[in-house]
Amino acid sequence: MTFSRRDTLALGAGAVAFSFMPFQVSAAADEAIAAFTGGAEVAEGGITLTAPEIAENGNTVPVSVDASGAMSILLLATGNPTPGVATFNFGELAGSQSASTRMRLAGTQDVVAIAKMADGSFARAASTVKVTIGGCGG
Amino acid sequence: MISRRDFLQVSMAASALYGASGFGNWGRLAAQQTLTQDQLLEFETFGNVSLIHVTDIHAQLKPIYFREPSINLGMGDNKGAVPHITGADFRKAYGISDGSPSAYALTYDDFTSLAQGYGRVGGLDRMATVINAIRADRPDALLLDGGDTWHGSMTCHKTEGQDMVNVMNALAPDAMTFHWEFTLGSERVNELVESLPFTSLGQNIFDAEWDEPAELFKPYKMFERGGVKVAVIGQAFPYMPIANPRWMFPEYSFGIREDNMREMVAEVRGKGAELVVLLSHNGFDVDKKMASNVDGIDVILSGHTHDALPEPVLIGKTHIIASGSNGKFVSRIDLDVRDGEMKGIKHKLIPIFSDVITPDADVAKLIDAQRAPYEAELKEVIGKTESLLYRRGNFNGSWDDLICDALISEREADIAMSPGVRWGPSILPGQEITREDIWNVTSMSYGEAYRSEMTGEFIHTILEDVGDNLFNPDPYYQQGGDMVRIGGMGYKIDVSKPQGERITDMTLLKTGEKIDPAKTYVVAGWASVNEGTEGPQIWDVVEDHIKKQGTIKLEPNNSVQVTGA
Repeated sequence: MTFSRRDTLALGAGAVAFSFMPFQVSAAADEAIAAFTGGAEVAEGGITLTAPEIAENGNTVPVSVDASGAMSILLLATGNPTPGVATFNFGELAGSQSASTRMRLAGTQDVVAIAKMADGSFARAASTVKVTIGGCGG
Repeated sequence: MISRRDFLQVSMAASALYGASGFGNWGRLAAQQTLTQDQLLEFETFGNVSLIHVTDIHAQLKPIYFREPSINLGMGDNKGAVPHITGADFRKAYGISDGSPSAYALTYDDFTSLAQGYGRVGGLDRMATVINAIRADRPDALLLDGGDTWHGSMTCHKTEGQDMVNVMNALAPDAMTFHWEFTLGSERVNELVESLPFTSLGQNIFDAEWDEPAELFKPYKMFERGGVKVAVIGQAFPYMPIANPRWMFPEYSFGIREDNMREMVAEVRGKGAELVVLLSHNGFDVDKKMASNVDGIDVILSGHTHDALPEPVLIGKTHIIASGSNGKFVSRIDLDVRDGEMKGIKHKLIPIFSDVITPDADVAKLIDAQRAPYEAELKEVIGKTESLLYRRGNFNGSWDDLICDALISEREADIAMSPGVRWGPSILPGQEITREDIWNVTSMSYGEAYRSEMTGEFIHTILEDVGDNLFNPDPYYQQGGDMVRIGGMGYKIDVSKPQGERITDMTLLKTGEKIDPAKTYVVAGWASVNEGTEGPQIWDVVEDHIKKQGTIKLEPNNSVQVTGA
């Protein structure tokens, strides 16, 4: 696929409009967390979230979660207009409680994963993923 | 942060040495005109393992001038820490006297007069002499190439890296990692890598589709040297698909991948490695953070940010070595490894003074053979300069001032943008500018000079975006280049502010008016990462401009005002 210069600039402008400022955590993200936890307290740690520091391509950002003993894991892109990325549910016979997927990020923002443990407790991890125009590497 | 004194104490305790650095202070010797190759190479062989580090050569086969930066700001914890000190502060920190060979090699002041006295630096034939001398002391020394080798000259561009591969193969490295090499395109990179008689490393080079380690590149290689099991882990530049055009190597994904690094260290330790070396193209501050987050790395051979440091920097138990760029230095690191662990280190940053070090005859002949088909093109004189032309510095350099002038006049633009790369040799006042000189600061596989319209708001967004890649306080969010160079426009930058608030008072220089966010300006630039960028090659634009000027004379550039440093 080849882009004309105008297309390229349009793409650049589109990307920039989104990447200008770190996106604020939306009310929708808070609501999704509240719905998942039922308002229970959420502890830091006990879950590993792996995401790149800077996205190579904001349209398809690899992300993985791992929480030993989790029944389900909620994954949110807190700055997206629709924050929900996925909810992974693990059955009792699951060999491990980990999952990988790709997500689209509207701009620089925090990605959050919350695990619901078998004992009813909740664990949280977050990671900032930067979406940038690029260029100018040394 | 550990101070230099702490480091020396730690090092002495670890190795019972009188100091880990063998970097000489040759001021008096040079004053007596007695600086010799033997003095540059002087090194009492130590321990049982030797490493030789070269990095960021940027295809400079022949000796060149290279001026170090006058401004190189560190952010957050790295504020005021090496390598973020320059000039007199740098000399003071390392006890280097003014006007000495070390001052010439490592700092920027009085560059023109010192360069006239001490001559050119680098040249792969001189590096070969130094490498051979180290091998004479320690025949099984490991030669490790930190990458940015197959990029940066006309012959490298026209042979798609073949000239550098041919000459480096004669130096016989044991392993290599990568950055600009990938801008040759993945097909060509694969072809060259498959041809190499040594291992290509990168624990963070992944298959983009499957997010699994790429087959062609190995995460590490195990060596046995001096009866010691040595693991060399590779780390390619993490942000290649962001800083360089992703469409040129779509099959590959990179990233810092700290968790995988931790696993690789554990894996090589599990296989019995007594010494773990990281051959890195992370950039210095990223390496510092990685050293503090990942246990078990003994030595990091650091590349990418082009810093040259006369002593290792110690983070926890990890010694970080920075070996400069453009062929200006070779680092020798001797290590004492016993009972399964590193007991001591001795290091020397060897400056390659090309008039002092005798070229290796075989390599010199090989270099000339690579250049022969292009010799007439390379040597053609395009103009002359009365000003020192250099690139390094966080905000601008005179080479980029000249390139921006060329873009504005040749492409009839209001504003020009030149990428904040750190490669490209310097030209002294009074020197002729050849076509080779122009290619040395411009050659790349995406050099098209675009001309387009941008709103004031969009220009601001670009500056903020690039500024955050440089001044984000967390090194893992930095990309290791410098600020995009701007012609025709001035601005203020407060580096301490967050993204979106650093850049103010953007002013169109030709009218003195403030840049209007809603107004459209004609912007010319080069090195766009977007596919399908159209325009003449930047080296042709610059050549046309210099030809018209005849003699280049540049005024000092004061159009960027920096605060918050």
